[in-house]
Amino acid sequence: MTSAAPARDGNVKEPGQQLLRRSLRFGRLLRANGIKVTPSQVMDFVNATDYVGIHNRRVFKDAAEACLVTKGEDREMFSILFDAYWRSKRPANDQDQQIFKPSDDSSMEPIEGLDDAETEDGDGQSEFGEGMEGLAVDDDADAGDLADADDSDLESVLTYSGSEALRTKDFSEFTAEELEQARILMKRLKWEIGMRKSRRKVATPKGRFIDARRTMRKSLQTAGVPLRISERKVKMKPRSLVVICDISGSMDRYSRLLLQFIHTIENDMARVEAFVFGTRLTRITRVLKKRPIDEAITRVSKEVQDWAGGTRIGESIQSFNQDWARRVLRNGAVVLIISDGWDRGDPQLLGNEMMRLQRSCYRLIWLNPLLGSPRYQPLTRGMQAALPFIDDFLPVHNLESLELLAEHLSNIGEYRPVRRQAPLEFVQQRMTSV
Amino acid sequence: MRLNRSLAGRVRKRSLSQVTAQPVPSLGSVEDVQEALASQKYIADTSLSTAIFLALRLPKPLLLEGEAGVGKTEIAKVLAAILQTDLIRLQCYEGLDVSHAVYEWNYPRQMLAIRAAEASEESRDAAMAEIFSEDYLIKRPLLQAIEHRGKAPVLLIDEIDRADEEFEAFLLELLSDFQVTVPELGTMTAEHPPIVIITSNRTRELHDALKRRCLYHWVDYPTVDKEYRIVTSKVPEINDRLALQISHFVHDLRQVDLYKLPGVAETLDWAAALMALSQRELSSEVASATLGAILKHQEDVQTVRKNKLDELVSAAASND
Repeated sequence: MTSAAPARDGNVKEPGQQLLRRSLRFGRLLRANGIKVTPSQVMDFVNATDYVGIHNRRVFKDAAEACLVTKGEDREMFSILFDAYWRSKRPANDQDQQIFKPSDDSSMEPIEGLDDAETEDGDGQSEFGEGMEGLAVDDDADAGDLADADDSDLESVLTYSGSEALRTKDFSEFTAEELEQARILMKRLKWEIGMRKSRRKVATPKGRFIDARRTMRKSLQTAGVPLRISERKVKMKPRSLVVICDISGSMDRYSRLLLQFIHTIENDMARVEAFVFGTRLTRITRVLKKRPIDEAITRVSKEVQDWAGGTRIGESIQSFNQDWARRVLRNGAVVLIISDGWDRGDPQLLGNEMMRLQRSCYRLIWLNPLLGSPRYQPLTRGMQAALPFIDDFLPVHNLESLELLAEHLSNIGEYRPVRRQAPLEFVQQRMTSV
Repeated sequence: MRLNRSLAGRVRKRSLSQVTAQPVPSLGSVEDVQEALASQKYIADTSLSTAIFLALRLPKPLLLEGEAGVGKTEIAKVLAAILQTDLIRLQCYEGLDVSHAVYEWNYPRQMLAIRAAEASEESRDAAMAEIFSEDYLIKRPLLQAIEHRGKAPVLLIDEIDRADEEFEAFLLELLSDFQVTVPELGTMTAEHPPIVIITSNRTRELHDALKRRCLYHWVDYPTVDKEYRIVTSKVPEINDRLALQISHFVHDLRQVDLYKLPGVAETLDWAAALMALSQRELSSEVASATLGAILKHQEDVQTVRKNKLDELVSAAASND
């Protein structure tokens, strides 16, 4: 860096340094848009440019993606951001056209707001062009500021405008455009599910258990006297999450958004099992791994022909209890049911199955979009039957409530809530009296 | 001294195999396997026999999945008996790690050895080298299976679904090349790769990578006829009529919506229970009283007692 210092003082920036600055800022832009990029990844990317060069836009982009993207689902967002940020120089003369292939030129789509900044600049040189070609290195003092303006504009495009209004708007009133914005926002939300103690132990400087194997090995250095005791602690693992979604009629939209929301958690190690039901319970965990959520749900909806039959929550939970509970409710799983509680089936069946489900999971959370309305009372027979066996009854009608849910999930404690252990007959009597 | 001990171990093993000295069946075809299984009172259908035959031939680990109590573990036991070899069993549980599955050093002995070396003023370096020798190694099932001398043993990895993903990942490595590395001793490779049987109750999904390395067989509930043959071979003192009724009853019971369907193990328990009560045929009263032998959930018992029992008993009785 000693060679770079005088260059900065002298207000003359070397192309390499320009590229470094641009790259760092690009890393920041990615982070701001929910793609987790570490500084060392950005440095890798900068180093990579030494090898791949910047002449071929496609290779440059591939290199950037290889260095900076670690999750498959981030690729789309990365591509948008890349194209917006690293715009190629507009073909000012023939030479440029030779450098950039026509297909590359057509692929770049400057995002609105950036164009103005570019024209203000006046020379139409993009940073992409300048760093590498060495043509017309932009060494104006205000070049940096300009680039900053670029970034913030770009961010604001990808951030939804009037976020506060959108946060409290009910999903059912969303336009298609707003839905899309909400999805992008949800991807950015960082959240994690509560941890559980596993039975596995890991080495740690300070723990509750003695690591006999390591202690013994270390003791050899001190003539067989265990002067330094190695320790182990209990390994913590994220709880698994089971989502059971009602996809009938009006619930469809909420369920899709929730699944989308839940999907982001899967990347953080937690195991997520997803089921949907209308009249029949279907597991979509495997489908979701391969396909986008919308496609998965549409496929399931196609299979279920008899929407008119109405929602059968009781039967769906029963088939979950019988066929899946043992397989997916291991190790203190948290269960999320999302439904408005309009059950066409037998409320007593629903009550019984909810009781069983509550006993076999760590936490049973019911999400009801109707709960968002202040006048809502859970008076439907289905909701009434299920209510005694729900640990948390939460709304899920807007982005704010999703944020609350995320917070709630990450705060799930180490103790199970106290459960009703009343005999079956007693509960049934209580329910019939209701 | 070390030599003596290992010799003693070898002699003991040899004498053990001499006790059961009978010609080992050749198992040259699927039918041979099926017959051999039947001779050990294990009634297997063709698909299971084929899976076992292939697992022995290829050779590949055999992954058996199925509901609890359909006889998955039994297959490994019977196979070891047929091949007249040792059965090494590893019961899985969450948090199962290398020190319980593969090997562990005997720390108390190591510490005592260090003290003894100090007292006798032996060379310290020699003592240090000594305590990380095989004498101080406690061999757990997986290492036992790899170190096993003589005939390839049957290695039963029972209820793999109870172990966690970490162990499953470790197992992948072991199953591909059957070798274990103990840093202090070096790499040990199996002389005869063990015959591996893995069972799972499907309480969770196994990783595809593990499944890919195994032959897979889903052990289903038996048909009425097969269950009847199992009952009569395992509970020989039972009369045909009762055995048939029991088989029909349990088969019909499995069509009812229950939380836990009865497995073959439950059927055999029930048959034994009815024999203990000197029953010669099924009646509603006795069936109701002994329902606890086949149904283990209060809700299931109630469902059946309330509205299914008479129907099931009369259906079973009409099937003579």
